[in-house]
Amino acid sequence: MSKLKLATVWLDGCSGCHMSLLDLDERLLAVAEKAELVYSPLVDQKIFPNGVDIALVEGAVSSEEDLDKIQMVRERTKTLVSLGDCAVTANVPGMRNPFGVRAVYARAYRENVTLEPGIPNDSVPRLLPCSRPVHEAVPIDVYVPGCPPSADTIFYVIGELLEGRPPEICAKTRFGA
Amino acid sequence: MTVAAGIKTLKIDDRDFSARAQETILDVARQNGIFIPSLCELKGLSEVGACRLCLVEIKGSNRLFPACVTPVEEGMEVTTNSERLQRYRRSILELLFTERNHVCSVCVSNGHCEMQTLAQKLEITHVRFPYRYPKAEVDASHQRFVVDHNRCILCSRCVRVCDEIEGAHTWDLKGRGIHVRVITDLDEPWGSSETCTGCGKCVHVCPTGALFEKGRSVAEMMKRRQFLPYLTLMREDRE
Repeated sequence: MSKLKLATVWLDGCSGCHMSLLDLDERLLAVAEKAELVYSPLVDQKIFPNGVDIALVEGAVSSEEDLDKIQMVRERTKTLVSLGDCAVTANVPGMRNPFGVRAVYARAYRENVTLEPGIPNDSVPRLLPCSRPVHEAVPIDVYVPGCPPSADTIFYVIGELLEGRPPEICAKTRFGA
Repeated sequence: MTVAAGIKTLKIDDRDFSARAQETILDVARQNGIFIPSLCELKGLSEVGACRLCLVEIKGSNRLFPACVTPVEEGMEVTTNSERLQRYRRSILELLFTERNHVCSVCVSNGHCEMQTLAQKLEITHVRFPYRYPKAEVDASHQRFVVDHNRCILCSRCVRVCDEIEGAHTWDLKGRGIHVRVITDLDEPWGSSETCTGCGKCVHVCPTGALFEKGRSVAEMMKRRQFLPYLTLMREDRE
């Protein structure tokens, strides 16, 4: 039996969800028996491949790059999982939204900068007007709230999806968990 | 009038119940372990039907009725958990999440919040409506307490407890629709309120992290409500 293709994607988040994924510890070996990690910030693969079975997305959609990336991921993925509060609710990245993107740029690149203050127009992806939950950009198949979802929750979700069952996550996690 | 004349019999979810005439549908449901969600109702305070989460169906009407302010009637047939009600409840709660900036992960009430707990109970894993991300103030001018409008759901428990139990009526509501805010005195900073006694009852009845004690960090604000039924009971005795 060929292994299922698993991927993880890191948009605008703190990487805490990926840390929680790594907290699976030796259970990662059990996952590796059934799935191959074909793309992730944790592996050296630059391009998101076609035909991915399960992709876990951490982080909100905050920049033009995030938006392009998640649209490409959606096209190439069968089951897309919104992992963690930033992906599900925009969470902390979304806290900039009430202030407007100009104020955010000014704060980061002018007010707090002594050496050559100025807003970059290349090399850094341009921010969208608002940081948004992933499901406002593309359709999502499974939602896993939590900040971050625990390793146990992530293990359960991956386990169920690898077995082809929809995970029932409400008893296991919640917003802010 | 005999006692029996003041007793109403009704059906809730096809089960027979009797109740005193002045009781509400929510009273009867609570006494009998029937789950009806609510975020504005709190035993010991008057009921206002602010959150609309306790909506129920009554046979013979297409309207939905807020259980907290609907008195029982003879022969009433109440449904508390139809598919339609579940759909509306979820939507109402999701809309509450979109209306302000409820960032559970960094909230003082994370893990102790009635709204967060209810969302999990109603199996809300995400919000289907676009978030509004309004600009909302935080007033930390009071010596001991903070009001964070980002987390306020306008349940008005603070307004009622301050008026009905403390007797100060420091809190009130201003504005209309989406612009409604809780205010202290005539919309002055809480810290310079002349009517606030600093009793903290508002803080402890608040269902979310909108009102909290200074110095509490993420997930540290636990609300203590034991005083409320006690105070109410003492007053009933005196009357």
